[in-house]
Amino acid sequence: MSILGTRVVRTEDPRLLTVGGVYVDDLAIPELDGAVRATFIRSPVAHAAITGIDADAARRLPGVVAVLTAADIAEAMRPDKPMAEPLLAIDRVRYVGEPVALVLTDGTCQGEDAAELVAVEYEPLAPVVTVADALLAKTLLFPAAGTNIAGTGTAGRADPDRFGGCEVVVERTIVNQRVAPVPLEVRATAARWSDGRLTVWASTQNAQLARDTIARRLGLDKSAVRVIAPDVGGGFGAKVGIDRDALTVAWAAYHTRGSVRWAETRSENLSGMVHGRGQRQTIRIGGHRDGRVIAYQLSIVQDCGAYPRSGAFLASLTQLMASGVYDIPGCGADYQAVVTTTTPIAAYRGAGRPEATAAIERAMDLFAGQIGMDPVEVRRRNLVPAQAFPYRTATGAVYDTGDYASALATVLAGAGYEDLRAEQARRRERGDVVCVGIGVSCYVEITAADAASGETARLAIDGDGSATVYTGSSAHGQGHATAWAMLVQDELGIPMERVTVIHGDTDAIPEAVGTYGSRSLQLGGAAVHKAASQVRDKARQIAAQLIEASEADLELDRDHGFWQVRGDPTTALTWAQVAAGAGEDGLEADVRFTAPQPTFPFGAHLAVVEVDTETGKARLVRHVTVDDAGVIVNPVLAEGQRHGGIAQGAAQALLEEVRFDADGNPQTATLADYAAVTAPDLPSFELLDSVTPTTVNPLGVKGIGEAGTIGAMPAVQSAVIDAVAHLGVTHIDMPATPQHVWAAINEARAAR
Amino acid sequence: MIPAPFTYRRAGTVAEALEMAAESGEDAKYLAGGHSLLPLMKLRLAVPEVLIDIGRLREAAYVRDEGGHIAIGALTRHHDLATSGLLASRVPLLAYAAGCVGDPQVRHRGTIGGSLAHGDPAADLPAVILALDATLVAQGPGGTREIAAADFFQGLYETALAPGELLTEIRVKRPESAGWSFQKFTKRAIDWAIVGVAAQGDRVALVNMGMTPMRAVAVEQALAAGLAPEQAASHAADGTSPPEDINATAAYRQHLARVLVGRALAQARARG
Ligand SMILES: Cc1cc2nc3c(=O)[nH]c(=O)nc-3n(C[C@H](O)[C@H](O)[C@H](O)COP(=O)(O)OP(=O)(O)OC[C@H]3O[C@@H](n4cnc5c(N)ncnc54)[C@H](O)[C@@H]3O)c2cc1C
Repeated sequence: MSILGTRVVRTEDPRLLTVGGVYVDDLAIPELDGAVRATFIRSPVAHAAITGIDADAARRLPGVVAVLTAADIAEAMRPDKPMAEPLLAIDRVRYVGEPVALVLTDGTCQGEDAAELVAVEYEPLAPVVTVADALLAKTLLFPAAGTNIAGTGTAGRADPDRFGGCEVVVERTIVNQRVAPVPLEVRATAARWSDGRLTVWASTQNAQLARDTIARRLGLDKSAVRVIAPDVGGGFGAKVGIDRDALTVAWAAYHTRGSVRWAETRSENLSGMVHGRGQRQTIRIGGHRDGRVIAYQLSIVQDCGAYPRSGAFLASLTQLMASGVYDIPGCGADYQAVVTTTTPIAAYRGAGRPEATAAIERAMDLFAGQIGMDPVEVRRRNLVPAQAFPYRTATGAVYDTGDYASALATVLAGAGYEDLRAEQARRRERGDVVCVGIGVSCYVEITAADAASGETARLAIDGDGSATVYTGSSAHGQGHATAWAMLVQDELGIPMERVTVIHGDTDAIPEAVGTYGSRSLQLGGAAVHKAASQVRDKARQIAAQLIEASEADLELDRDHGFWQVRGDPTTALTWAQVAAGAGEDGLEADVRFTAPQPTFPFGAHLAVVEVDTETGKARLVRHVTVDDAGVIVNPVLAEGQRHGGIAQGAAQALLEEVRFDADGNPQTATLADYAAVTAPDLPSFELLDSVTPTTVNPLGVKGIGEAGTIGAMPAVQSAVIDAVAHLGVTHIDMPATPQHVWAAINEARAAR
Repeated sequence: MIPAPFTYRRAGTVAEALEMAAESGEDAKYLAGGHSLLPLMKLRLAVPEVLIDIGRLREAAYVRDEGGHIAIGALTRHHDLATSGLLASRVPLLAYAAGCVGDPQVRHRGTIGGSLAHGDPAADLPAVILALDATLVAQGPGGTREIAAADFFQGLYETALAPGELLTEIRVKRPESAGWSFQKFTKRAIDWAIVGVAAQGDRVALVNMGMTPMRAVAVEQALAAGLAPEQAASHAADGTSPPEDINATAAYRQHLARVLVGRALAQARARG
């Protein structure tokens, strides 16, 4: 029996739960003996000109090794393009938390004392806190660029007259708020220059990308840089590659020809690490009273924060996925990406797709409300039918496989939709203080968007018949070591516990893409699968020679890991024997797997929320989901991804929001103020099964890392609004905090 | 997020703690559970030169039946209050409220003395001891004195404790009216209260409704004047000037106070 599809518990956990992981800041290795500690001096203001930095007093403090500023950075390492990001601020700061100088100290805790002695003079400039301010362009962040707009795009239909034939058109501007990724492990980097080579230990999702960026920015040859990712305590997209602060630490080691290490504090993390989302969306939806939607326009203003890292790219993904699961021929989307004097924005679980789903699902609800039809019915009438795949959307995506109607039907049946509506009606009739709301979302998302870049894997059979996998995918909590070993066992019959998975070291794995966009299993896993089948083919040849039989007569007994003449155990060879027969070259395969196109996981979520109409507090009481990611290799891992994803989606709907005051000061720079979701705030999730394989990779798998977030956020938001819809509420922006909900109820009452 | 340098001293007895405080002068602070003081020090909002660690004064960690009253050592941790059988039967309001403080980690470190001495209007236990009309016992260079809860909280983070004075015990008489309620309104389960209400009989106190923990005087007067609980509750925000922050405007806090006082009174009556 194949191990694939079975509930194998994570082999990573015993170590993590007993002796614990080794994260960058835990590294106690000789290479880092005597490393100095780095502490950033960060801008306390959102927008200002730097008119002077006096670090003399700090430099005289015992234990201070150096205070580095932009003046220490070679001209060649300065950014050349108008909106490009420097390492340390040059002449101007553009967000609170922006690195201005770096203090190097002998001891761990001296940095902040020294930092207090560095006098930086700031001449305040007007802050640009909102996207509206950015578009006004009264103040430019980059005068040389002549604009605050970092990118624009359009997709699909643009003709406004397509709304002309609609019986009903609804338009509304909504907010997909800025949130913080909050990985348990904050950012940390250690770097050492020695013997003409820079070694960087980084908390990263992609060691190879980090290496390439370091080499490019520091003007080094790729071969002169080695990046190692030890255990990484969560990334959620915010640890893709290497960010500016970590790069600056690497530069400091290079600049001082020494060893430097840095681990940020939680407050630095909340204002210095990238944030996610941050879109103002205008949705316009039109259709007929029979429920059929014929036109939809999504207009996005993407907040990039102070430097356009990947903001414009995120908006382009939102644009691509604008019509979601619906067959809307008249769908168009456009975006403007703008810079503001706030923390930069980049990928965060879902990265552009949750924003698309949230917009279209909100639009569907508003449309349903306008024509007085059950929102579920409106959805049903507009879903892309199961027989339409592959399906090309108006905005240019080609969905591989799907059955959206069945996902929706499964969720409705699993949740008992009719009973829930009856309960809602009963409570409304009784005039209960605590009302119930039901939110349904249907979603499709794009995973492995860069399928053509693929992923690498090298598989080697060791002398003792065990296997070592060198994977380009980089794990930071997902369970790659477990899943990859399962794939090897399934293909080669080498038991999982004899498979070692190695990742995240550019010397061991020079070429790789790494982990983001729910790409690991379908590309990295498929690469492992491909390497394993190549090893099997080679092994067959070797075994045939050793046994002196024809290849065609050989079989691999996968239950025991033996090669033998079919049906003849007396000829059995172990993997060790076959590996020994491979000679000098060894028995291994080194591959890159690429897929012809991305995959499009889909599903449906139903959230049940209770709202206390006196206080405005909303509580998620049930969450039922179908998340169809094709074939499931390990349900335990897949469910783990769904749980975390749902939690983060629900969190954005109910709790989480990064806030700045009118001057651009962060108001959520501690975990007391930033309301990261915790277990007691969430119910047990009800996960339903659905498997619609893809054909674009041999495993039939799609990505599942972000699906939960994408489906959950709109369902929960919708449920809150639905709970108070009878009071006249039609919309509540996220997060639906008690105060927001209470205000919405009051407004609706006043309007009546 | 790294505190400024300080000198650390550890006291083995109450007497030693008082002595150390006398030696160290104005810039010394007692360190109990550290769960209010250390966050302030990390933000460098508090920069004490000397920390006198009283966290190990086991002699000051107890819940005792003294006949006429229950005596609670100032160093008793929230978790021990929450799980005390004596409190559960005699002063359930305090046991329950202590179980609502922060998260399990906080409750295993934080102490009732620290919570009261900190004088934070957003904290839970100050309102509880107001509703219980407790008596606080303090020891200082000049000896021991008793302070009524109603006189203890004097301003934002300001209490009646003199510099160097140590809070040692909290005394709670058996409540005349058994009905009680603690309403803590939060965004997340582990949060500080946006608004909170402690009620013991007709004594009602508010969390996070002004510069200090406070009695809901107008509500108490209304009840004394014979108004029904629902009507009395409508006075919950009278005379308050609650803070504004990212969680709530002042008006929202005042609304919440009225709703929560109404619920607290209803629950207290149902239990009484
Ligand atoms: C994450 C987190 C969540 C929290 N959530 C809540 C919550 O929901 N509700 C709530 O009420 N509190 C909450 N707290 C605060 C917690 O209850 C603290 O433990 C408590 O407020 C202070 O007690 P402590 O023993 O830690 O005091 P410390 O922090 O050690 O001291 C606080 C102050 O009191 C002084 N002090 C301490 N003991 C004495 C004494 N015996 N005599 C004189 N002065 C003294 C100290 O010098 C200091 O100024 C939270 C704290 C954290 C870190």
